[in-house]
Formats: sequence, structure tokens, C-alpha cells
Amino acid sequence: MNSPVSTSSPGVTLAQESAESKLQQELAAQSSGVTLRSVTKKYGSFVAVKDINLDIPPGSYTCLLGPSGCGKTTTLRMIAGHEDITSGDLLIGDRRVNDLPPAKRNSAMMFQSYALFPHKSVWENVEFGLKMRNVPPAERSQRVNEMIEIVGLSQFADRKPAKLSGGQQQRAALARALVTRPQVLLLDEPLSALDENLRVKTRGELRRLQKQFGMTFIQVTHGQDEAFSLSDQIVVMDNGRIDQIGAPADIFRTPASRFVARFVGDNNIFSGKVSGVALDEQGAVIRLEVEGIGTFFCRGLAADTGMEAGCCVRSDSMDMLPYPPADPTAPNQLTARITAIEFTGYITRVSLMVEATGQEITYKVRSSEWVNQAVPEGQLVTLTWAVDECVFLSH
Amino acid sequence: MQKRSLSFYLLAIFFGLFVLFLYGPMFAIFALSLQGEEGTLTFPMRGFSFYWLGQVFQEQRVGSFVESFQRSLILGLAVVLFSLIVSVLAGLAFRNRFKGANTLFYLTISSLIVPSVLVSLGIGIVFQVLGIPTNWFTSGFGAHMTWTVPFAFLIMLGIFNRFNPAYEEAAKDMGASDGQTFWAVVFPLILPSLIGIGLLTFTLSYDEFTRTSLVSGQDNTLPLEIFGMTTNVTSPALYALGTLTTLFSFALIAIALTAFQALSKRQQQ
Repeated sequence: MNSPVSTSSPGVTLAQESAESKLQQELAAQSSGVTLRSVTKKYGSFVAVKDINLDIPPGSYTCLLGPSGCGKTTTLRMIAGHEDITSGDLLIGDRRVNDLPPAKRNSAMMFQSYALFPHKSVWENVEFGLKMRNVPPAERSQRVNEMIEIVGLSQFADRKPAKLSGGQQQRAALARALVTRPQVLLLDEPLSALDENLRVKTRGELRRLQKQFGMTFIQVTHGQDEAFSLSDQIVVMDNGRIDQIGAPADIFRTPASRFVARFVGDNNIFSGKVSGVALDEQGAVIRLEVEGIGTFFCRGLAADTGMEAGCCVRSDSMDMLPYPPADPTAPNQLTARITAIEFTGYITRVSLMVEATGQEITYKVRSSEWVNQAVPEGQLVTLTWAVDECVFLSH
Repeated sequence: MQKRSLSFYLLAIFFGLFVLFLYGPMFAIFALSLQGEEGTLTFPMRGFSFYWLGQVFQEQRVGSFVESFQRSLILGLAVVLFSLIVSVLAGLAFRNRFKGANTLFYLTISSLIVPSVLVSLGIGIVFQVLGIPTNWFTSGFGAHMTWTVPFAFLIMLGIFNRFNPAYEEAAKDMGASDGQTFWAVVFPLILPSLIGIGLLTFTLSYDEFTRTSLVSGQDNTLPLEIFGMTTNVTSPALYALGTLTTLFSFALIAIALTAFQALSKRQQQ
């Protein structure tokens, strides 16, 4: 159980810095973007990835985010060259790499659960790629030592993977992937094998390494926390398609679809019919009639009157007021009954139900605030929110 | 210590009887092979000596144990080597679905179900039709392979079923060719299992009787020789032979286990 080594000292000491800065420059100089043009992947009649277009800028950290089976891993494996592309084009830098084998793409992949060779030591694992590329032994050993030092595993170089902790294995896998100086690093759920504490810590290390080397990182994940904290750009996928591409804050604040709103979490989603569109200096304000609940004004880009659509409000962007409301006809408010109250620490989570339609609503509030307003279970309350907090969802 | 229930003792007695039944005959043979020079095929023991063990290495009236042992040993080793090659290749092939995979699978396995004597008869007849004389290292070798390959193949399927393809993908990702991937990654990882399969196929071949019976040609393998002797030899030399071959088998198992452990240990360091 107890590994004799703790997971401490992953950091960079002063002695390593010169080696790092040299490598850093080399890696940053050759970092490439990745472009997917109408890429489709079919397995027989099953379409795993449907006509995807995606631009990943050089030196960026991009996360492919989505539930299992959404096509994110297939997309990553196509970029790596471990899956064929059924149709479309894949470019790494300016080079079309559709038909090149994995090793000729200048990409490197870090596999889920790492796939470190169990019969080889850390040193031999890291050396493998250079050996296969016929790098002369002297240069090989210099580069391996340098890389192992950067990930802080020098004292464990002779160990077999089974004798490393989860975090050390992760770093060994990272060293193995980076030692060939790839232009793009592809990471398949690199943190899923770690426990919660280590995951948060390792997440920080990954981000630090990526920034330091200025390399293009493309990572597959199903955890929104992970995607939010790591990415410059998040690609949300569902059902083989891309639902939304954007910076973490944009995806969080303005989800583009019901799926994204649900996947990002903590959103109350309503379905209704557009009954009016008004333009103002910030864009469009769209009026949505939600049957049995009320009339909601929400922010969006454009909508046609009469279309079926939806909107969402974050559960922490609502205000709870006593029932009955001062003005029963005011927009952006609803009446619901409290069904459960959960204290989760910093946040108190209140579950409610709109009695007319049976829709469940979640309301989150800082526990310190809740103490002041504490409404008992079973009580009717009014929830209300600002127009700017309500996001229009066209599909 | 907790008091044990009655059923524990009943089951323990039952298990003891089982072990006695399993190993009793073997120990009877061991004991009888250490008879004195005046000894016969049955108890009681008349003295104690290693005389009959020595007799095994002498020329017998109707044949020689030593030569038939050499034949069985060479045949067994050849069968191990070829079974391993065939089963590893087949195991690799069966990781991908290919046309006729199911048919091929059942055809291979059916060799285990067909009565052994029929297999032997069939091979004998085919050799006769083709006009090739049967021999332990031609038709006999083939007969053994019909017995060992299906077992090796089945185990190999299980091994590759659990083999994580990410190891190979990682190797390819780092620029290894198919050959390099196999020798540097796949082979070392399946090697402990190959030792196991080797041991099993050797055992299957070493004591195979029925399939060999009609196709071994002029010279007998060890099991055929022993069987022949039971009708002719009436001395405890027969038991002595049994003792020696059993010890040989134990030695093999010990060697294989040691190799297996050494390999596993190397992977764990």
C-alpha cells in the first residue's frame, strides 16, 4: 500500500532551469495548431463523428468535453492517427496528415491510464521513442535524463511503473510523450486515474507545463471542472457533433444549447415559444412564453417569433422572495414549492417544484446568506432573476 | 481460537480421502520401485534397494526406456515450440474480426472433441494413401499437434483478450514498427504466459498415448513403450520407470515456476 516515496517535489528546482529554458524554446518554436475540416468517422453504419470543423491555435490548451460516447475520444484518436478518418481533412500545422502513421505526425499521445510499459523502467519507457527513431545513444541518454529531471522523477528513473504512485506514473507518461519533442500533445483523460486531491494538484502541473513550453495541448475529458480550469478553449461535443466552442467563461455564462446548459451544470432550463424579439444596444432581448410558469425575457443573438426554443438561468443567479410576489404579472419570476433543502458546506442547495407543470428547479445560495432567509420545506416561494442572467437557447 | 464446527472435520476427512485417492497409487508405485533385488510386482516389500531404478537404464528384453524417453523429450520440445508459434500467431490474428474467423475457431476446437483414436486412425490412413511411412517425428508430431494446438490456442485467446491494446498503440505512437512493437512490448509481456502454455503442451505431448498409438511407426514414444512393457515386463523396473518419469515431470514444473516467478519479479521491480 504505502509507497516508500511520497508525491512531493514535482516542482522545478533552480538547477533544472537552464535545461528547461532551452527545451522550452525549442518546443515553443515548433508548436503547431491543428485543423479539422469536415471530419467524419463511421464504423459501419454508425457515425461516431459527424462533419466536424475545428481550429486549434498553436500553443493553446484545448479540451474536448462531453459525456461518454459523444465522439471526443474518437476525435482525439483520429488526430493521433490511431483511427482512420472516413472523410474530411486533418492538418497539423500546414501539413495534411490524414494518411500518415502516428509517429510521422509530430504528435504524441498520452494514453488513458498511461500505458506505461510495465516491463521497462521509467528511464527505458522515456527512452523508447528516441530509440525507435534511431537517435544516437549519447544524445538519447542526455535527452532522457533532461526530460526525467523536468518532470521531477530523477530519483525514480530505475523503477518499474508498478512501483510508482499514480501521480508519478502520470509524470512518467508525460515525460515519455514529450521526449520526442512533439508539436502537439494529445491527452486522453490524463487525470481520471488519480484520486480527487491529486487530480487538482496535477491539473495545475499540466497547465504549468503547457504554459512553460508554449505547446499545443489537446485533452479529452468528461469533467467540466477539469475543462474549465485547464483550457484556453473548450469544445463541447454531443452525439458526434460539436455543440459549442468557446473560452471557459463564455461556455459557463452563455451556453449555446440545452445540451451545453445541462452539461455545464447548475442550470434551470425552460422550454417555450418565442413571442417577441426586441433589439437593444447589447443585442437582442427575446420574450419567451413558458406555459404554466410565466413569461421570461432572455438574452440571445436572434430568434424568430413563434419558434419553439428555450432559456436557462443559473441556479445561483436567482433571488428568492416571499410568496405571493408584489407584482404577480412581472416577468422573469416563477412560483414554486420547496421540496428539499441540502446544506453542502459553503453552498446551500434548495430543490423546488413548480406545481402547475411539475418542473423541478434548483436554487443555490451561500449558506451564510441562507441563514438569514431560511424558509422551511413545503413553503411556496417566488424566484426571480435579471434579464441578463437568462440565456436564450435556440435548440 | 474459534471452535470449529462438526462439518469442518467431516469435510476435512473427506478432503483427506480425496488426497489419498489422488496420490496413494503414486506413492505405492514409488515404494514398490524401491524393492530389493528379489522383489516382485506386488507388496509386500522384499528389502530395500535402488537396484530397479538402475535397471531402467539397462537394455530390456523387449526394448529400451532410454531411447523412448529421448524420443518423447525431443518430440515434446518440438511440439512446445511449434504450438507456441502457431498459437501466438493465431491469437494475434483473432484479435481482429476476419471473414471465416468463427468457422476456423470451431474447426480448431473440434479436434479436441473428435475421439483421439479416430484422429490417429485418420492420420495413419492418410499417410498410407500418400505412401509415406509413419514415424514418431512426422505423423506422430502431427498427431500431437492436433492435441496441443487447440489448448494453446484457447489459452492464447484468453491472454490477448486481456492484453491492453494501448501498449501497442503507445509503441506505434513513439515510432515503433510492427515487428519492434511485437518484440519490444508484446512478447515480453506475454512471456510468462508462454512459459505456462509451454509447460502444458509439453505435458500433453509427453504423456499422449491414444493419438500416437497408430502413427508412431517403428519406434515407440515413452508412453507407448511403457504400455508395451506392461504386458511383457514383470519386474519392478516398470515401477522404477514410473518413479523416474514422475520426478522428471516435477522437475519441469519446478523449473517453469521458477522462470515464471523470476519474470514476474523483474516486471514488478
